[in-house]
Amino acid sequence: MKSSFKLALGLTSAIAASTAVSNAAHAEDLTLCWAAWDPANALVELSKDFTKETGIGMKFEFVPWTNYADRFLNELNSHGKLCDLIIGDSQWIGGAAENGHYVKLNDFFDKEKISMDDFVPATVVGYSEWPKNTPNYWALPAMGDVVGWTYRKDWFSKPELQKEFKEKYGWDLGPPATFDQLKQIAEFFQKRQIDGKTVYGASIYTERGSEGITMGAMDVLYSYGFQYENPKKPYEMEGFVNSEKSVKGLEFYKALYDCCTPPGASNSYMGEGVDAFKSGQVAMHMNFAFTWPGLQKDENVGGDKIGYFVNPKGPDGDQFAQLGGQGISVVSYSDKQEAALKYIKWFANKDVQAKWWSLGGYSCLNAVVKDPKFPASQPYAQTFLDSMAIVKDFWAEPSYAPLLQASQKRFHDYVVAGQGSAKDALDGLVKDWTQVFQDDGKM
Amino acid sequence: MLNRTAENVARATPEPLARKVRGISDKGLAWLFISPTILLLLAINIFPLFWAIYLSFTNFRANRPNEVVKNLGFANYQRILGDQDIWIAMQTTAHFVFWTILLQTLIGFTLAWLIDRKFRGHAFWTTLILVPMMLSPAVVGNFWRFLYEPQIGLFSYVISFVSGIPPTSIQMLSNVSLAPWSIIIVDTWMWTPYVMLICLAGLRSIPEYIYEAAEVDRASNWRQFWSITLPMALPFIMLAVLFRGIENFKMFDMVNLLTGGGPGSTTEVASITLKRQAFESWRTGYSSAFAIILFVAVFGLANIYVKALNKVKQR
Repeated sequence: MKSSFKLALGLTSAIAASTAVSNAAHAEDLTLCWAAWDPANALVELSKDFTKETGIGMKFEFVPWTNYADRFLNELNSHGKLCDLIIGDSQWIGGAAENGHYVKLNDFFDKEKISMDDFVPATVVGYSEWPKNTPNYWALPAMGDVVGWTYRKDWFSKPELQKEFKEKYGWDLGPPATFDQLKQIAEFFQKRQIDGKTVYGASIYTERGSEGITMGAMDVLYSYGFQYENPKKPYEMEGFVNSEKSVKGLEFYKALYDCCTPPGASNSYMGEGVDAFKSGQVAMHMNFAFTWPGLQKDENVGGDKIGYFVNPKGPDGDQFAQLGGQGISVVSYSDKQEAALKYIKWFANKDVQAKWWSLGGYSCLNAVVKDPKFPASQPYAQTFLDSMAIVKDFWAEPSYAPLLQASQKRFHDYVVAGQGSAKDALDGLVKDWTQVFQDDGKM
Repeated sequence: MLNRTAENVARATPEPLARKVRGISDKGLAWLFISPTILLLLAINIFPLFWAIYLSFTNFRANRPNEVVKNLGFANYQRILGDQDIWIAMQTTAHFVFWTILLQTLIGFTLAWLIDRKFRGHAFWTTLILVPMMLSPAVVGNFWRFLYEPQIGLFSYVISFVSGIPPTSIQMLSNVSLAPWSIIIVDTWMWTPYVMLICLAGLRSIPEYIYEAAEVDRASNWRQFWSITLPMALPFIMLAVLFRGIENFKMFDMVNLLTGGGPGSTTEVASITLKRQAFESWRTGYSSAFAIILFVAVFGLANIYVKALNKVKQR
């Protein structure tokens, strides 16, 4: 009886102790919030090393891209404690900084000797700084990303197609250097029969609900000469947003949509683009670089069948690309800020960043991307580097959401629905954006 | 038996509690019972309504809780009523409501009239017709999006088979002219059974002896339909129209799933605009004003309609 009692007592104590230990461990668990996509899976894998090193467990809250902004901006606005760390979109930085959602990291960087000079400059400006181009840091560049293009190398190298293309356009079929060339290639492939299947020219961004068509159209507009504002007078947009060059750029994007996209591609973004390319529907595919590792590995279209090229040049030789990607921030409402900062310190480490790249994430650390071995490390590495050198980003103002909604509406109305002219769309955009800045008291 | 149970309960009630209960009047007891519901209604319906009214006069933005909230008076209302995009959204909503109600009423009443004939297997057909109504709008939206798909969609193939037009040219969700109709078709497919059920209830409520009297008077079937069936079922039809009208005025899920308001703003009904302003652009004050305008519009129209309905019932 005594021994049974002792056994029961022992078992109870053991269970209680293990529960306490487990609770203590759970109390230290960090929750990292991000979008549900391939790099997030790579981060889960990578973070196992952090848990091994520090004993701090990692939990993840991943939300599909279509709900990503809604979900996490709601969480931040309601001062929620769900996320200790957040990998927030580059355009959130202004709002998150001004509304106190993110912890300012300057003191921490100084203390831990993390220098922003060690990161690719465009990613520091894009993901970390607010106000832009000032040394006020709210995030560590985490996932470099940029819009670029993939193409079907196997189709491009078919001798009969090369011959026909040369006869028709007078230049060799290959990755386009200019947008005019890109359109010629897209027209050439549109509704062509290849291997017994009808294929189409290109998959481009046309999505209406979140940010798709803006990311796509801007990718073209930048290289055509679009500017957000007068460089000498902030927020003066008349003649810059709706300049003649911008109008030409938007007309080009519509022409590309009308001539050369697959049927029904009126609401296409990252996922739909990947599907179109993977299913062998399109010759070229506009998408963020994060999709490239997955496509490279794809059995049907990857390996030797896929090629990559940087966003082409505009008519005047200007060449820019839309910045994607995100920085990692500590949420100011988290009770575990110390542990969260430990994660950031660990993540900034060179070896961790090198592993991050090898797992499919895009490191922003100079030591990784400027390594002589980097360009040859993956077939898309050089295109990624070249693209990151020419990036531009959308407004990152605290009012980025209404600014984005306005461009989504104006671009979709013109490009997809064919309402009005490109000039009307851009004039309307100037009007909408002016209203937003007036409401903010900035004009 | 019941009295004895009540006595037992009364006897078992502890004296202090019994004394308290004895002190409450019937009216007090009634209030006691309904107060939780009233409190709940106040908390989740009435308070948010008044809060939204208050916000509609301010520049409040939910994503900027630290900013000073300014009173704007009627500026939000003025801006909405002068905003061309809002009027386009209202026109789109009106187009959607008009056509869905017209089609659902016509088809729903016809189906109810046929089902009321009580032919062989009518119970089976009734159940089959009701199936779309039982599905979740999320399922229906996704399901029809695939059906409308120009390259693999069954709908496109059927239309192509009948018309000879290549299926890839039938872009129901991408074409500016077809997109509004694609939503009307789905809503009609899903909610006609509901209208049918209400109409069926109306048809079944008509006493048989009226038709027998009409037979005696040698009234033709056509005459019976116009003089008995339609007038007596009219209050039910009007009720169905009211329900569907209110529902479709605030339609969101189906439009969001099928077109997201596109292409462009072709199918952007008022609720989609409202959602974009409130939760994407974060103009909380502005969107509250828009919500109040929509509420007043629906409430006003519904009131006029209910008065008309009562007049029809009294006839």
